[in-house]
Amino acid sequence: MLEIKNLHANINGKEILKGINLTVKAGEVHAIMGPNGSGKSTLSSVLVGNPAFEVTEGEVTFNGKDLLALSPEDRSREGIFLSFQYPVEIPGVSMVNFMRAAVNAHREYKGLKPVSATEFLKLMREKRAIVELDNKLANRSVNEGFSGGEKKRNEIFQMAMLEPRLAILDETDSGLDIDALRVVAHGVNSLKTPENAAIVITHYQRLLDYIKPDVVHVLYKGRIVKTAGPELALELEEKGYDWIKKEFE
Amino acid sequence: MRSEQQYIDLFAGCEDMICHNSAPAMNALRARALADFERLGFPSTKSEDYKYTDVDQAFAPDYGLNINRLAIPVNPYDVFRCDVPNLSTSLYFVVNDSFYDKELPKAHLPEGVYAGGLRMFAERYPAIATRYYGKAASSEKDGLIALNTMLAQDGFVVYVPEGVEVERPIQLVNIFRSDVDTMANRRILVIMEPRSRARLLVCDHSIDDVKFLATQVVEIFAGEGAYFDYYDLEESSVSTTRFSSLHVRQAARSNVLVNGITLTNGLTRNNYYVELDGEYAESSLCGMAILDKEQQVDTYTHITHAVPNGTSDELFKNVLNDRAVGAFSGRILVKEGAEKTVANQTNRNLCATREARMYSKPQLEIYADDVKCSHGMSTGQLDENALFYIRSRGIPFEEARMLLSVAFTADVIEHVRLEALKDRLHKLVEKRFRGELAKCADCRICK
Repeated sequence: MLEIKNLHANINGKEILKGINLTVKAGEVHAIMGPNGSGKSTLSSVLVGNPAFEVTEGEVTFNGKDLLALSPEDRSREGIFLSFQYPVEIPGVSMVNFMRAAVNAHREYKGLKPVSATEFLKLMREKRAIVELDNKLANRSVNEGFSGGEKKRNEIFQMAMLEPRLAILDETDSGLDIDALRVVAHGVNSLKTPENAAIVITHYQRLLDYIKPDVVHVLYKGRIVKTAGPELALELEEKGYDWIKKEFE
Repeated sequence: MRSEQQYIDLFAGCEDMICHNSAPAMNALRARALADFERLGFPSTKSEDYKYTDVDQAFAPDYGLNINRLAIPVNPYDVFRCDVPNLSTSLYFVVNDSFYDKELPKAHLPEGVYAGGLRMFAERYPAIATRYYGKAASSEKDGLIALNTMLAQDGFVVYVPEGVEVERPIQLVNIFRSDVDTMANRRILVIMEPRSRARLLVCDHSIDDVKFLATQVVEIFAGEGAYFDYYDLEESSVSTTRFSSLHVRQAARSNVLVNGITLTNGLTRNNYYVELDGEYAESSLCGMAILDKEQQVDTYTHITHAVPNGTSDELFKNVLNDRAVGAFSGRILVKEGAEKTVANQTNRNLCATREARMYSKPQLEIYADDVKCSHGMSTGQLDENALFYIRSRGIPFEEARMLLSVAFTADVIEHVRLEALKDRLHKLVEKRFRGELAKCADCRICK
């Protein structure tokens, strides 16, 4: 589904990603772990086309398409979704209008007619239930005045609405208490199918107790330095990153 | 030669005709207005308040005036289709600067309420007209008011007697219709007696694409405890120039909302003067402009807190595209003794292109001690992070930009206290940003 080859990327002229190689197949969950500043969030930003980052080398194909040649909106409409580490507040744009525009943009891309008002509201109701998102929040401006936990729930709600092929969860667990973590993880798990895939970026093992990865990667200094099964996450939780850092200093 | 002379000559040559086709209460102020105009002339771009609007240049061309009040061959009911459907109003028209009295709407007005032509009103009720006309907008210090007072022959009046509530909004549509370049000098007079309530929606439309020049003076008197909304929706053309001067006088415990929205225009100068003369008066003054091409809106506001316990709330927003120019100058004067004044001012602007220009200047003068005053001003671009966030959900760039632009102006519309108008304005603004404003099938305005 996703194939990343020798990916290099800069921000403000500083190289952050220094040759990433990664293959994700349908039905798989990949966890990417690593110490602060190793490039985890940069990788997710580059995959969704954040214009602040510049790709200097390498290639990414997504279902056979050259991902890097696509605009952010087309990447979304091809089925990539990023759950933002820091979701953006947009005063004045209601969640309802935002989601309707997004759903219809996806439908248009597929050559479908816009969704009817009743169908859309039904869809909103169904998907809201998955992450237990309050109706009040759905009627407010996007993320405006949401708590940290509500923002993350709102990200997963949007993911449920858009049904991506590949979901990238960028530290979705940060800022969540145990209950919220369980709700969010449950949401992600219930959206899992054999046809889609997920990349879970996290610092901690605890999210992976709920969302079981098939593969765990360690990103360090802009490269994937270790790849193993789920047991690697447990080992990292126990020993920290220092032993890996030492190996690669 | 500066352009004043042609108007002085015009008045000298046509004074009799002007007066003959107007009312004595209006004629009474002309000699004084002429003297003021001769003394003041047009404000020059060298003066601080007119730095960005060249008045002299705007008045230099030779415009036709309809001093003899020839009937304009147009039935506004045929050519006008309101952009605000579902809003049931008592609808009136001023064509160029003549009140259209051929076909008046069925009176939905409570007894004692007058909505209609100014000339007619001033002839029928000279005592009331004399008491109010020209009293809030003095020609003494303002050459544009002097010119308007000198030449204006008609306009529109709303008079609401004490304690009367006018439920149905009153709507006045100013239509510009002419085959030659035309100048119009309009007046609007609103007299709200104590504890009366009413709402007035004024819409400007230019039908033809010849050059139009409008001077407009609006006077609003809100008596004690009166409650009044004034909505001004400008949808004119790129070849329309408008100089408007709006004056509000508020007595104790009165509440006046003024909301001026420019959706399409050429060159617009809007002056707003609000005076809180009675305690516990509340004023809300807001507006927005969506500008592109070479459009220009220059907003000047002057709020005077003359007595204690007044509240004023001011919010103006501009969205500028292409080579558009915006200016905002917001003056708040809290006079000595006006304790417990609360005055807030906000001006926010979006410059969407490098060529667009915005000039903004807050100006607070406070001579009382116990007051709460604030002002905030910002000019910038759309939030890049928000733009990317929206696009990352599959929404195309142009649509994302539109969503954010609409959101930017949403709070100005939220100040509207008329639900049907609010809904309609949200839609109109969205259409404006999509570039598909008011394209209805069969009205002249859109052709």
